Amino acid sequence: MTAQSRAGSSSEWSPARPTADPGQVHELADGSAPIVTLKRRRSYAWLGLTPFFLYIAAFFILPTGTVLFSAFRKTDAGTGVTSFTGSNVSSALHGVYFTGIKNSLTLALITGVVGALVGLVLAWAIVSSTGNVLTRFVSTAAAVLANFGGVPLAFLFIATVGNSGLLTKALADHFHINLNSDLHFDLYGITGLELVYLYFQIPLMVLVITPALEGLKPQWQEAAANLGATRWQYWRHVGAPILAPNVLGAALLLFCSGFSAYATADALTSGAFPLIPLQIHAVISGNVLAGMENLGDALALIMVVIVVPLMVIYQLLQRRTTRWLR
Amino acid sequence: MVALTPTAGAGGLAETQTGGPATSSRRRRRPGIGRGLVLLICGIYFIGPLVGAFWFSIQDKVHGGVQFSAYAHVFSAVGFSDAFMLSLKLGIGTVLISLLLMVPTMLLLHLRAPKFRPVVETLCLMPLVIPPVVLVAGVGVVLAWGPNQLAGTPLQTFLNAIQSGKTPWVLILEYVVLTLPFTYRSLDAGIRSVDIHTLTEAGLNLGAGWGTVTMRILLPSLRTSVLNAAFLSFALVFGEYTVASILQYQPFAVFIVAAGQTEGQLSTSLSLLSLLITWLLLLLISLLGGRNSTKVDI
Repeated sequence: MTAQSRAGSSSEWSPARPTADPGQVHELADGSAPIVTLKRRRSYAWLGLTPFFLYIAAFFILPTGTVLFSAFRKTDAGTGVTSFTGSNVSSALHGVYFTGIKNSLTLALITGVVGALVGLVLAWAIVSSTGNVLTRFVSTAAAVLANFGGVPLAFLFIATVGNSGLLTKALADHFHINLNSDLHFDLYGITGLELVYLYFQIPLMVLVITPALEGLKPQWQEAAANLGATRWQYWRHVGAPILAPNVLGAALLLFCSGFSAYATADALTSGAFPLIPLQIHAVISGNVLAGMENLGDALALIMVVIVVPLMVIYQLLQRRTTRWLR
Repeated sequence: MVALTPTAGAGGLAETQTGGPATSSRRRRRPGIGRGLVLLICGIYFIGPLVGAFWFSIQDKVHGGVQFSAYAHVFSAVGFSDAFMLSLKLGIGTVLISLLLMVPTMLLLHLRAPKFRPVVETLCLMPLVIPPVVLVAGVGVVLAWGPNQLAGTPLQTFLNAIQSGKTPWVLILEYVVLTLPFTYRSLDAGIRSVDIHTLTEAGLNLGAGWGTVTMRILLPSLRTSVLNAAFLSFALVFGEYTVASILQYQPFAVFIVAAGQTEGQLSTSLSLLSLLITWLLLLLISLLGGRNSTKVDI
């Protein structure tokens, strides 16, 4: 696509050059209408991109940058002087906030790994049992749960296995089993969060990995079989190596999505469970001691420091695999 | 992304191409017990809570049996119509602004300024990387400058104006950022699927100006992807909770949670409705895309 850099004949998008440019308008010898081609030339078209860059700068880069900056700032309560300090970050790494980070990492790791494995198997099952209508239903349903689930997911589980949930009551009434004390299941604790998070993590994996599975050409399998390979050998030497970067990348994506998720956890635990996104909310809503106003920014900084490198690796892995799977 | 490999996965097509019926039939003879088991277990996990929630929402707790009052009374619930209208307003506002911003940007990017594409792509995908809670923390800090550092400047007036008033513009402005990855991907896929360079050159050679080319060639051929972007953005805004709840507004998703404190059945039925509406919206997109993708190819 890079060779197709374009520039038009009209001055509409390049006010600095009102006259036609010889590079792309060819006058015919007989003086009939010129032929326009969109050839590369020095262009002022980037001026048209300024609204986009200004918008991004004002409403994305400015707020995000501000957070990362104020993570290192502190206003002295006595003198009112603001100075650079590492104390916000250091408080954010201790005590209850350390617990929050630990919980968030655990939750993201478990739901990331389990979600990736189950999602991979489920995606394989869906891809290999093709039916056009079914695939369309499943893929759109997966998109809903993975991208737009949020709050409703919490209520589905509260209604089913919450304190007065349907299954909770049925088990108690008919089998005298208490989910909490007998099965050690607490919807509003870490086990519950894991169960609910998988409800969007598995669909996310299905969404991300399905194109890769579909990209495995049947010809490869047939070629392997014709050369005498067993199914196991095919997967061991062809399928798995091709899919591995993709699966790994998807697992990283799942980890980040579990780590960053806010809505489901907030709705499920009323913001009470110590997870880093919920703690950021608590802190910036003012539930902190004086002198710790910028603690929320420090927590946000920690989230960014964890998520951004992983997402960069994810992008690199994705790029690597598109070489094979197209 | 979905259209990467139209032939793969079918299996049958490959058989005729490579002429290897022996190997393919061996693959097909497998009974697929494992596959059935996987689908069954996942089916229970995914359908179970939906059925459970539906049953929960129609239970008559007083008399026993079944009643649909939670659904019948949705519209009369206190605060519902306000929250719903707010979400509607936010959704429409976000869709309009993001299309107004991104359609010209994307066309310009592909036709005239392709060297900026990596930069714009990275910027557009960043909101997927940065957790929304981080973004909203930053928005909170910037908004707090209004009465402090920026007091008395026109910027304070601006920051005030986007927060108060009937429409919380600050939400719309930030939602445009959150929907950028979706808008970018839809429009990018749409532009790539049509050879807009040839179309543009053809139009210009036939004597059309840039305005005519844009209005009568480019936009019509991007119809599907523009709709796609609009629906996806709308769905995202409709279910958005993080930014709205932290900035203390009460659109639909925040209302569901607030209602959940007292009326479990109401918020359960609203949750189901919200998932259903979003799903239908995406199904519509997929049908639109499926029909047009064959037509658009030149």
